[in-house]
Amino acid sequence: MFKKLPFILMTLTFVLVLAACGSKNDAGTEGSNNSTGETATELSGNILAVGSTALQPLVEQAGQKFMAVDEYKNVTVQVQGGGSGTGLTQVSDGQATIGNSDVFAEEKIDDAAKVSELKDHQVAVVAIAPVSNKDAGVQDLTKQQLIDIFSGKITNWKDVGGADQAIVIVNRPSSSGTRATFENFALGTKVEDIQGSIQEDSSGTVKKLVAETPGAIGYLALSYLDDSLQVLKYEGVEATVENVEAGTYPVWAYEHMYTKGDPDAATQAFLDYILSDEIQQNDVTELGYIPVSGMKVKRDAAGTVTQ
Amino acid sequence: MNNKLKPRRPLREKHYWEEWTGRIYTSICVVFLIVVMFSIVYFVASKGLSTFFQNGVSLREFLSGKTWNPTGEPAAYGALPFITGSFITTLLAALIASPLSLCAALFMTEIVPGKGKKILQPAIELLSGIPSVVYGFIGLSVIVPLLRSMFGGAGVGIAAGCLVLSVMILPTVTSIMADALSALPKGLRESSYALGATRWQTIYRVIIPTVLPALLTGIVLGMARAFGEALAVQMVIGNAPHVPTSLLESASTLTSVITLSMGNTTMGSVHNNALWSMALVLLVMTFVFVILVRLLERRNRV
Repeated sequence: MFKKLPFILMTLTFVLVLAACGSKNDAGTEGSNNSTGETATELSGNILAVGSTALQPLVEQAGQKFMAVDEYKNVTVQVQGGGSGTGLTQVSDGQATIGNSDVFAEEKIDDAAKVSELKDHQVAVVAIAPVSNKDAGVQDLTKQQLIDIFSGKITNWKDVGGADQAIVIVNRPSSSGTRATFENFALGTKVEDIQGSIQEDSSGTVKKLVAETPGAIGYLALSYLDDSLQVLKYEGVEATVENVEAGTYPVWAYEHMYTKGDPDAATQAFLDYILSDEIQQNDVTELGYIPVSGMKVKRDAAGTVTQ
Repeated sequence: MNNKLKPRRPLREKHYWEEWTGRIYTSICVVFLIVVMFSIVYFVASKGLSTFFQNGVSLREFLSGKTWNPTGEPAAYGALPFITGSFITTLLAALIASPLSLCAALFMTEIVPGKGKKILQPAIELLSGIPSVVYGFIGLSVIVPLLRSMFGGAGVGIAAGCLVLSVMILPTVTSIMADALSALPKGLRESSYALGATRWQTIYRVIIPTVLPALLTGIVLGMARAFGEALAVQMVIGNAPHVPTSLLESASTLTSVITLSMGNTTMGSVHNNALWSMALVLLVMTFVFVILVRLLERRNRV
């Protein structure tokens, strides 16, 4: 009888392992639905926010502050990176409560039914400025000049009024949200990758390469700009918070936090908290984003700007 | 299994359970490992193959197409630039690292076996402990500016990538070579010396030919590591999706383009599936490397 016991144990373990693999992972939303009917003081639940690495620092910082508020002490906020695509996939599949994204879901997900399930919450604005190496000798570029540079028609800075220096393009990968924003609103067209151009996904690396490589041009979010780079004006307009808010500087995009359908009470409280003055006036500006409340213009998924 | 001793002492029960706990524990681990391995292969294969079966990208276009433009109209999914990038960097890295490793291994085992081993071995083991992001950052801060000032241009490219990789695979190759050399029977060297051969004659006429398969195993394992390395290479190679025309031109490897784009694409999209197909290519290459090592080992035994 004893001889059979080990085999039974082994089979049991095997079955358990398989069962564990099969069960759906819904830890992210577990419990949060229970709190809907309760009073605000007893809010509880787990919020899992996944996605955009550009938005991650803000959500992380806001999450820490949110959990420290007495009212919300039973709510846990977890933040993970992984990229906008991952965030949208996971929120759409119900694996994450919130999907952080740099772009509208329409631009990433082809399935219209899946997009219509998602609810968009715009929490901040990020503006992007073209930057060049300091030796390039150019301060201002027009839209057409930028198109010519990024599509490889102009390959020397002297053709746009700068030094006699070959242009090195430091681009983002074609799937990047920052690149999509730059192409949509600065160039107005998609450009192909030029042979010999450089592609980096991290803003830190882009900054380092543009600052050190003679003749380099790239683009960065406002929070990364400093004296090591030449920040280029776009059509004569400087990339400043005021110009973006007034709508005169066009190269900007929303940071989105998507939920699947209407958020539950705990998630709604967290989203409200991020949109509150407390976060918008302090953390958002501190981290280099532009408060969404200050924007005098609005933009929809198709790119149409309204006052 | 069948030669189990018939225990006659009262401890019989205890030994019986000891035996079975160990056996169950190891069996569970083995089963778990096999399940994990097959799941990974199944997952990568099902994702990677759906590019061809569901999205209708032709295998020929994927393997020999030179244009990679998944967001363009029409979209193009040619992965040849990444495949060539991976192979060129890997081969060059192996070419740089192998002679260095061989010399280091010979130094440790043949030339100054005592002190050499005491100093060089920990130094080389230390190299393998450095995280790849550090290698990448050193590459970006030291090698790229150096190449830029020496040859002009941007500095990033295949040359920077394979230099960083060659340092990264040094420890793997060196330690396997050193193990093989020190495992040689002493009699071999002694008989060579007894015949009046000098140390160099012994090394290149007797020792190296004898352990050649093991030396090649080391190189192949180093290449496997280089082929799969992502982060450090991605930081210095430039990642342009084109077949490079010179060593100093920006290029991509399979791993660098996967890490660069995977997070930005949604699961199930053609772009994402194409990235999984590249992962499948990497997996297949890993199998090829493992098979190579097995073949070399077999030759070693004969």
